[in-house]
Amino acid sequence: MEQVVITFLCMAILLYFLLGGADFGAGIIELFTSTKNRSKTRKTMYQAIGPVWEANHMWLIIAIVILFVGFPHIYTTMSVYLHIPLAIMLIGIIARGTAFVFRHYDAVKDDMQWFYNRIFRYSSFVTALFLGIIAGSLISGHIDTQANDFYTAYISGWLNWFSVAVGLFTVALCGFLAAIYLIGETKEAHDKRRFIKKAEFMNVAAVVFGAMVFIAAQRDKIPLIDWVFKSNVGLSAIILASLSLVLLWYLLIKGKTKVLRILAGFQVTMILLAISYAHFPNFIRLKNGDAISLLETAGPEKTIYSLGLALLLGSVLILPFLGYLFYKFQKKEE
Amino acid sequence: MDDFIAARSQMALSLGFHIIFSCIGMVMPFFMAVSHYKWLKTNDEVYKNLTKAWSKGVAIFFATGAVSGTMLSFELGLLWPKFMDHAGPIFGMPFSLEGTAFFIEAIALGFFLYGWNKLNKWFHWFTGMVVGVSGLASGILVVAANAWMNSPAGFDFVNGQYLNIDPIQAMFNKAWFSQALHMCLAAFTATGFAVAGVHALMILRDRNKEFHLKAFKIAAIFACIGALLQPLSGDISAKDVAKRQPAKLAAMEALYKTEKPAPLLIGGIVNEKDKTVKGAIEIPGALSFLAHGDFSAEVKGLDQIPENEHPPVAITHYAFQIMVGIGTLLLLVSLTYFFTLFKKKPLTEKRWLLKLFVVAIPLGYIALEAGWVVTEVGRQPWIIYGIMRTKDAVTPMPGIAYSFYIFSAIYVSLSLIVTFLLYRQIKMVPVLYNKPETK
Repeated sequence: MEQVVITFLCMAILLYFLLGGADFGAGIIELFTSTKNRSKTRKTMYQAIGPVWEANHMWLIIAIVILFVGFPHIYTTMSVYLHIPLAIMLIGIIARGTAFVFRHYDAVKDDMQWFYNRIFRYSSFVTALFLGIIAGSLISGHIDTQANDFYTAYISGWLNWFSVAVGLFTVALCGFLAAIYLIGETKEAHDKRRFIKKAEFMNVAAVVFGAMVFIAAQRDKIPLIDWVFKSNVGLSAIILASLSLVLLWYLLIKGKTKVLRILAGFQVTMILLAISYAHFPNFIRLKNGDAISLLETAGPEKTIYSLGLALLLGSVLILPFLGYLFYKFQKKEE
Repeated sequence: MDDFIAARSQMALSLGFHIIFSCIGMVMPFFMAVSHYKWLKTNDEVYKNLTKAWSKGVAIFFATGAVSGTMLSFELGLLWPKFMDHAGPIFGMPFSLEGTAFFIEAIALGFFLYGWNKLNKWFHWFTGMVVGVSGLASGILVVAANAWMNSPAGFDFVNGQYLNIDPIQAMFNKAWFSQALHMCLAAFTATGFAVAGVHALMILRDRNKEFHLKAFKIAAIFACIGALLQPLSGDISAKDVAKRQPAKLAAMEALYKTEKPAPLLIGGIVNEKDKTVKGAIEIPGALSFLAHGDFSAEVKGLDQIPENEHPPVAITHYAFQIMVGIGTLLLLVSLTYFFTLFKKKPLTEKRWLLKLFVVAIPLGYIALEAGWVVTEVGRQPWIIYGIMRTKDAVTPMPGIAYSFYIFSAIYVSLSLIVTFLLYRQIKMVPVLYNKPETK
């Protein structure tokens, strides 16, 4: 059952990166859109993600519940030593989640819209940034559970070059995912071109920040290069990601939108795999060289067993219903 | 501000905020489903408009409830890591099921909100019902987790170790049923009165009478049935608390000395230093009856409980008084409403009754929050009753006070914005729904 639970955890984290990430990206795209095109972007975005909006964010809840039920030690270590970035990410989640709904459901469309929009854009950026920072911090090896002073214990664990670079990389990836997603959602050729431009821009940004992640890793003495290039899985994942990048640009220029989404999702999955495979099942790397592993800190057997059962039962109920939701609202009205 | 107090305040604030939004989110879908059903059956456009109008409210509340719930799932660890380290695997079962229920609710809401004219009309109605049912299930599961803190079960506590963990047994702890029942009825009553009251106000102001009258009737019936059933559930809860948590019951009634028979105190000023209550109305033997079903039974007072295990008496007592007082008041309003149903006079002419409902708008929620205070403050100083103290569970990170200030500001502004949005929704009813077909 432990494997089942860990698989669910990885899937939930991946899906949150892809689906939730595309949602953050939508706000980030809006942030980098010229004023005159903004209202159009907003409209396309709303049609695209409105129906699946709430569902996309459930993956975070699933992941966090699996962590605190099945792997409490990991959950509490994160909560204590990454308290500040987690709190900032939560503020971002609260702000963007409510602003998104408020701006749509405000019965009067007036100056308040300006206010909701601002909040939505900036908090989307901040949420994605801190999501990345947290992910980066977990593997950065800067978290020091034996620290005696405030700065080492609660700040330097996440405020370091590597974590911040991963944060910016995440922002670019989210924007990229959203742009790719939106290309398929608009019918007008002009808008399509606009989103293609955005996707290209975000892709370049992702490559640049990706390079920064490697540089920062060197600087912070994180064996990222070893993880990625010395393991077969990491290496093949990164090769596949690079190959799909070439294909992706080709398709982008050709304007083929359907395969693009799958390809973009695939690419991000490969990137996550490349970074995380080498130190799996370790979830948190600590400053003293120790690591907190999923396998070693799993909760008692009965808990894992019932958690696994609950997840399996849940997916039987959720997945068909969710699939139908996506299917129903993906179909273009003729 | 002390870090421990700040952490407790932040948790209380977050829960107090979340509880209102999640209650509305779990009850409103049922109102919506009734109205939707009537539209499908009668083809009366007003019901369709009402369903749509309510669904916008649900969307706003659901989103706010969802983000504040997400916040809470992290806050448990951010503020109480030592609690979660041990409790997570034990009381996590309802949370993992709640994840499923909540997920289904979110999917169903997606179908419901965007499904107008796109889905089969009965499937569409069904998705609305699913929103309500899964919302209710989430509520029950979360309360079951809280009940475990009051009534720990499903493990053996040996020399500070948590052994033989059984998450299923933990979920079905002794308090889960009485607490969940009380909470669900409270949610229906509070939301019903709030919604009915708002529509009553609109009827009094002569705006879109037909629309608001239909809305009022649906909400009022839920509210009044809830208010009638609540005392029964309260009785179950009182007897349960008397058995399991005598300290909480003693604090609720400010019973400093063990008495046989014990009187019921109504009101009164508690002096925690002298351990006295002044100016309360005493009903002899009534507490014995409420707690044990026997007018001459002995009720354990705080004198039988070690001083360092006393909950804050004054807060618990006042909160309990507020809850019961409002509950009784709402019960009377409900009875009045049912009696007036027999008179054939149209509701619009019974302006005094409508005014009564307007006064009741905030009351249900005040009672609900007060009840929450009773159960949470009444459990102190324990976070896991009899096992772990709240102060031993708090995060080692200093400076929680700042976090408390920031989150307070966020919650206050969110409440203001949501109120403002609702005000606008209601104000726009004539514009949006006067024409027969509007979108």
